[in-house]
Amino acid sequence: MELSGGEIIVQALREEGVEFLFGYPGGAVLHIYDALYEQDDVKHILVRHEQGATHAADGYARATGKPGVVLVTSGPGATNAVTGIATAHLDSIPLVVLTGQVPRKVIGSDAFQEVDAVGCTRPIVKHNFLVQNLEDLAPTLKKAFFVATSGRPGPVVVDIPKDVTAPSEKIPFDYPKKVDMRSYNPTLSGHPGQMRKAIDLLLAAKRPMIYSGGGVVLSEASAELTEITRELGYPITNTLMGLGAYPATDRQFVGMLGMHGTYEANMAMHECDVLFAVGARFDDRVTGELKHFCPNAKIVHIDVDPASISKTVRVDVPIVGDVKRVLRDMLAMLADTDRRADSQALAEWWAEIERWRAADCLGYDQGDELIKPQYVVEKLWEVTGGDAYVTSDVGQHQMFAAQFYKFDKPRRWINSGGLGTMGFGLPAALGVKLAFPDSDVACITGEASIQMCLQELSTCLQYNAPVKVVNLNNRYMGMVRQWQEFQYDKRYSHSYVDALPDFVKLAEAYGHVGMLVDKPADVEGALREAFAMKDRLVFLDFIIDQGENVYPMIEPGKAHHEMRLNPARELA
Amino acid sequence: MRHIISILLENESGALSRVSGLFSARGYNIESLTVAPTDDPSLSRMTIVTIGTEEIIEQITKQLNKLVDVVRLTDLTETNHIEREMMLVKVRATGELRNEAQRLAGIFSGRILDVTASSYIIELTGNGKKLDAFLDAIGEEAILEVVRSGVTGIARGEKALKI
Repeated sequence: MELSGGEIIVQALREEGVEFLFGYPGGAVLHIYDALYEQDDVKHILVRHEQGATHAADGYARATGKPGVVLVTSGPGATNAVTGIATAHLDSIPLVVLTGQVPRKVIGSDAFQEVDAVGCTRPIVKHNFLVQNLEDLAPTLKKAFFVATSGRPGPVVVDIPKDVTAPSEKIPFDYPKKVDMRSYNPTLSGHPGQMRKAIDLLLAAKRPMIYSGGGVVLSEASAELTEITRELGYPITNTLMGLGAYPATDRQFVGMLGMHGTYEANMAMHECDVLFAVGARFDDRVTGELKHFCPNAKIVHIDVDPASISKTVRVDVPIVGDVKRVLRDMLAMLADTDRRADSQALAEWWAEIERWRAADCLGYDQGDELIKPQYVVEKLWEVTGGDAYVTSDVGQHQMFAAQFYKFDKPRRWINSGGLGTMGFGLPAALGVKLAFPDSDVACITGEASIQMCLQELSTCLQYNAPVKVVNLNNRYMGMVRQWQEFQYDKRYSHSYVDALPDFVKLAEAYGHVGMLVDKPADVEGALREAFAMKDRLVFLDFIIDQGENVYPMIEPGKAHHEMRLNPARELA
Repeated sequence: MRHIISILLENESGALSRVSGLFSARGYNIESLTVAPTDDPSLSRMTIVTIGTEEIIEQITKQLNKLVDVVRLTDLTETNHIEREMMLVKVRATGELRNEAQRLAGIFSGRILDVTASSYIIELTGNGKKLDAFLDAIGEEAILEVVRSGVTGIARGEKALKI
């Protein structure tokens, strides 16, 4: 079979089983778009901005575990995609981003819509390629999918000059069956000696703590994590990226940790004597001040990326490997030994944790007047039976979503944890809804974030993605305002959002349903009404309390045990 | 601590910028960097001299290993090794300096590659300290131009950085 470059790309996407291609056409990719015409194996989703394409593909990838695929043109197409690529990079999400490039003979001449896409994206990709010859195209695409999805996943950019895709030049097409890269060979199996040491340390613990992150979700190791946690009987906390990997409604779960983690999770981190870090990377929002991080703990750390181990926190027992495989092997080792944890010590440890838990650090009072954001999220959890896919943007609403929507399953919580990208939520929800059209998909957002990728409301209509937008509208960039309240003496410099649009009319202008909710008594009814409209995108504009803050909070430079708690609630 | 890191990497366009970009993005020091293709034309060998605490050097080697283009890597300073740097120095060769420069070149096992009525070009090879010592000895006044290759190195004995 002889194919042109454009046809090779489409055929390669078919071979990779790509369902959706999120893209936006332009001069440098017109040959590829021509090859996409009149075929429907690969469904093209025409976004309204290339940032939306990358976020939608990212949302799809996070929800399904499959790579998200993007096609954009050269120059501004590529630069608009950069924020989405960086978002995926920081959270280790597999994306394959195809960028058009100007023809080979004009590369480097400042041609129209020319940008060095490989150079621009180099620091924010797992790897990138410039395809210099038609013969290299198919093998490069194969490598791109392999690199993006294996080891520690991440985005891969393939920059393709226009003339490489021209219909005039055809070559025999044979998509490689496998990839052999001498320079890339991730370690997947854990070292047996290290795993035995880890078991010894874990079983000797008096005050153990399990801290798991996004790596568990990426490695599909939720079942293994749950099994080993139950087997050991230890308390477990999840990072923002790891929520859902262990069921949040289970008693052993002590909530999220870190800057806005629960009192019990952060106190247990501070007081533990053995920390079992599973697919987590000791991010600064998790650790707080490093020199006071887990001061009394020996640390076991499983990570597929050796560079994540001892990067910020020195660990005692590093295990490089795929979390799922390592946990399986460790479970087998546990089954082979008669030794068990010190049940007396564990009971005392749990008693202490329960005292911390009794402080009810997330407590709030709804009252009759102003809607509390926490209340909206709690009601959303109830109305959706705790089973929705929830995307978010970045800020207070993101933290309220993480604290109050109790995720019992992995891949249900979709947010930009590492890069903290406002504008992520709506396009991500689009990608999720396309993957799971029969599931409830909610985008928890704020009036500032939603305006950063608002244009994708149009894409949601075109491709029938009836997501529910839960806008927690406090007329402020809430998290910025909160920091200004605490650290800048309430000097609210440019954190108000004035001249807001009428979101109800806006939703209607885009062909959707808009609802304004400003009374606590109406919250649940509005949510029920919105989710009953299965085939309509509903934009719920909740007018909420402007002064609400996210508690607990570990302020910069503070340690886990130095949380600022809600002053409205005295600790028991 | 000063470390010499030797890297075998794919001889592909952009590979050098991945390495140099890593150092600038993460705020690591580069004292010198040399690179050239090896006997296997699909591979380049790069030698980087860097300075950092043990923790930083550990991160540098891990981050370098993580680059998809990096095939093999070794920290030469952890083993017995030989390091060499080549320097070309253009010096004044007038008056007393004409004999003095020639004499110093001899002491440092240098070679004079170019002679004019007023200048020499001297080639010297050795470790960095030897080259520094030569520059000190001949003195700032005499030096017209200096070019140094940066450090290359190789482990002693049979241990080899190969694929």
